[in-house]
Amino acid sequence: MQAFWRDTVEFLPILMHGVALTIIVTIGSLLLSTFLGLIWALMRVSGIGVLSGLSASLINVIRGIPIIVLLFYLYFVMPDLGVTLTALQAAILGLGIAYSAYQAENFRAGIEAIDKGQIEAAQAIGMGWWQTMRRVVLPQAIKIVLPPYGNVMIMMLKDSSQASTITVAELALQGKLIASSTFKNTSVFTLVALMYLTMSIPLILLVRHFEKRAGQK
Amino acid sequence: MIELTDVHKSFGKVEVLKGITASVEKGEVVCIIGPSGSGKSTILRCINGLESYDRGDIRVEGARVDRAAPSIVSIRTQVSMVFQRFNLFPHRTALENVIEGPVYVKKERRAEALERGRALLARVGLAEKAEVHPPQLSGGQQQRVAIARALAMQPKAILFDEPTSALDPELVGDVLSVMRKLADDGMTMVVVTHEMGFARDVADRVLFIDGGVIVEQGAAKSVLNQPQHARTQDFLRRVLHPL
Repeated sequence: MQAFWRDTVEFLPILMHGVALTIIVTIGSLLLSTFLGLIWALMRVSGIGVLSGLSASLINVIRGIPIIVLLFYLYFVMPDLGVTLTALQAAILGLGIAYSAYQAENFRAGIEAIDKGQIEAAQAIGMGWWQTMRRVVLPQAIKIVLPPYGNVMIMMLKDSSQASTITVAELALQGKLIASSTFKNTSVFTLVALMYLTMSIPLILLVRHFEKRAGQK
Repeated sequence: MIELTDVHKSFGKVEVLKGITASVEKGEVVCIIGPSGSGKSTILRCINGLESYDRGDIRVEGARVDRAAPSIVSIRTQVSMVFQRFNLFPHRTALENVIEGPVYVKKERRAEALERGRALLARVGLAEKAEVHPPQLSGGQQQRVAIARALAMQPKAILFDEPTSALDPELVGDVLSVMRKLADDGMTMVVVTHEMGFARDVADRVLFIDGGVIVEQGAAKSVLNQPQHARTQDFLRRVLHPL
């Protein structure tokens, strides 16, 4: 146990660098996936055949490709096509795109849960499509969408470790580097696991809060 | 003010409206009665552009109703709609529901809209419920808020789609009395209803619709008291004496 504390004191500062990158990747890809997911969802419910078809196909393509392959594609293949991304950019872009599909389906479910009668009432007082979305549908859909959104946040935090496969020195990769140079696998990976857990717990509590609030209505 | 000429409408292979020609004058109260599925609600929904129609012509104050055209917004601000299931916005208070259209569609100043909104809620007998959210209101109260919301647009006419059908019987009276007051004030109203008493007392004219056509129409009292057509007689017998 004493050895573990000693290792903690020694490795924690290096691992904290990894934590910083983990947080950057998570927040960056969370924002991107939210933005893209909302666009796919709005296209899907737009009632315009071309847009909703395009969105449905995009979602299926994205869902059908493993995150790691998407990351490899962005980081290793794009340069051949003349687009060079830093590892961090590729990681945020890859995770953001990958998760946008799940976000989109989540948002769509939230939007479609709103009673059609309210949408008609909004139209009947002269609101257009976008105004109906903004004033009537989205404010209510958010409540429905938040608990699953919180779960996506937790999944993204953990999946940000996949960025290590394209050399982003986030928490998991930092851990691996320290472990392979010191052979203190137990200390290092226990520490890494505890640090992920520490970051997840506030999110888990947040989800619980969202669920309670959604339940109250 | 509202004119329908030979309006046809199909849902898939089912033709719901088979050539409806009718008109509503300014200040007139017209009740549309008829069996379920006869196309009554569809007529209202076509007038407001919530449904498109396949053939014929619908005009509001001379402007053609086309739900795909930009002009539909102006028509909808002139012709309000009250729904069977109220369709209030549950995330907004009664007062916010009432001012939503004036503030966000007609771009009225918020302070003025609030003042008028309060007055309208008072007019439907709900002054003290301004800050309450719809789920905390009874069905009858919700429907009266919906009527206030329709009035807030300062419409030239209001379409009522079975406004009391979803209410418990003891709440029907409050809503009907608000509607009666509106009629007395000269509001142009088209009301799809099963309330024959209301139709007899308040309506100027009654249209009896069955199978997508107007079977009989005329002054409310004469259609309801001395129906000429066998289908009208049969329908009224079944509605007035269900046993």
